Amino acid sequence: MLSKKTKEALLGPLSKNNPVLIQVLGICSALAVTAKLEPAFVMAISVTAVLAFANVIISLLRNTIPNSIRIIVQLVVVAALVIIVDQVLKAYVYDVSKQLSVFIGLIITNCIIMGRLEAFAMGNGPWESFLDGVGNVLGYGLVLIIIAFFRELLGSGTLFGYQVIPDCVYEIGYANNGLMILPPMALIVAGCIIWAHRSMNKDLQEK
Amino acid sequence: MNKQSNVYTVIYASVMVIAVAAVLAFVAMSLAPKQEENIQVDKMKQILSSIGVETTANNVQAEYKKYITSSFVLNSNGDKVEGEAFNINVAAQVKLPDAERKLPVFVAQVDGNATKYIIPMYGAGLWGPIWGYISLDENGSTVYGAYFAHQGETPGLGAEIDKPAFRNQFIGKNFFKDGEFKSVTVEKVGQKPMNGADYVDAITGGTITSQGVSAMIGNSFAPYETFFKSLTNNQGE
Repeated sequence: MLSKKTKEALLGPLSKNNPVLIQVLGICSALAVTAKLEPAFVMAISVTAVLAFANVIISLLRNTIPNSIRIIVQLVVVAALVIIVDQVLKAYVYDVSKQLSVFIGLIITNCIIMGRLEAFAMGNGPWESFLDGVGNVLGYGLVLIIIAFFRELLGSGTLFGYQVIPDCVYEIGYANNGLMILPPMALIVAGCIIWAHRSMNKDLQEK
Repeated sequence: MNKQSNVYTVIYASVMVIAVAAVLAFVAMSLAPKQEENIQVDKMKQILSSIGVETTANNVQAEYKKYITSSFVLNSNGDKVEGEAFNINVAAQVKLPDAERKLPVFVAQVDGNATKYIIPMYGAGLWGPIWGYISLDENGSTVYGAYFAHQGETPGLGAEIDKPAFRNQFIGKNFFKDGEFKSVTVEKVGQKPMNGADYVDAITGGTITSQGVSAMIGNSFAPYETFFKSLTNNQGE
């Protein structure tokens, strides 16, 4: 079922070709939704749905799309899928959709999506494109969740909204770090992850 | 067929747009009733939250029937007018001049027979709208409970207005002092209002949102002044 190429499409983006860490795409939403784990998680799932389907649709249409309007066609497909995701969330998980509010709409502007459509789906079959979409979003979601984990833990003392730092620690003078909740810390945490990632994978280091 | 020709491009674009529009219209129409229901349920949940009753999506309708015994609509003279309080769009009403506003009031019975009045609020925070409900004791002045919500305030800063730590500060504050309307304001820690009004502490780092809450309470409550003043006077305060 998985040839070498499809395996590469699915698993490559998790580490060696990670969209956030290596290609530095999708940083904008990594800043916006990672103050808490729950929205980061729902965001990752929503982007998965959008990118996987957009990749398949564009891949199916790839031989019919006129070259001069291909970006517009991609954008329309992505926008339509994002609206559908937004409507479904509003109908079935109203609380979460309220929490994510504008960020769902902003999936349209996520550079990873346009990047994968243009770079992969326009030149590959539907099955490979589907795997490529899932793989890239897993890589993106993984980074999102790691960042959200540290920001929520250090910024609010909770994980998924449950308090994990015991009260006795607060009593001896520990305080949540409000700076972790502000967007700049998402960039700094992302920077630390890139640093750790490159020291583990020496071949990624630029000479 | 020449896929790069203008005719092909134009037809392709038109067909695509019509197809996408049809799909989206279908999705929106088929999910609309469910979304509408969610919005109603959420509104009930918020109203109940202002009298300290926390509910889940499953029991909210039953609890709403149990606690909210009646509701009515006022004009700014304190007279009852036609209308269904629950269906009034507060966001649209606050933009009107006070004299034209329709003012919904929900009446709740808690702990057996204590009457509480709940009024909706709507205003602006830092990034988007904020709204809430505030419940008052029978005297029309003392706050029994408050609920605030926001669309997209900064998490950890302005967004803290929906946390109990902030909301519970309002309990026991008075809108009227010696029969005069003063509102309840939100002040930077260590400061207090010039006119002697009751106040609560603002959120550190959430200054604009806190000021928004303060303004929202004043603006939303002011048109009800006549009505609540009559209740206050009846109590002989």
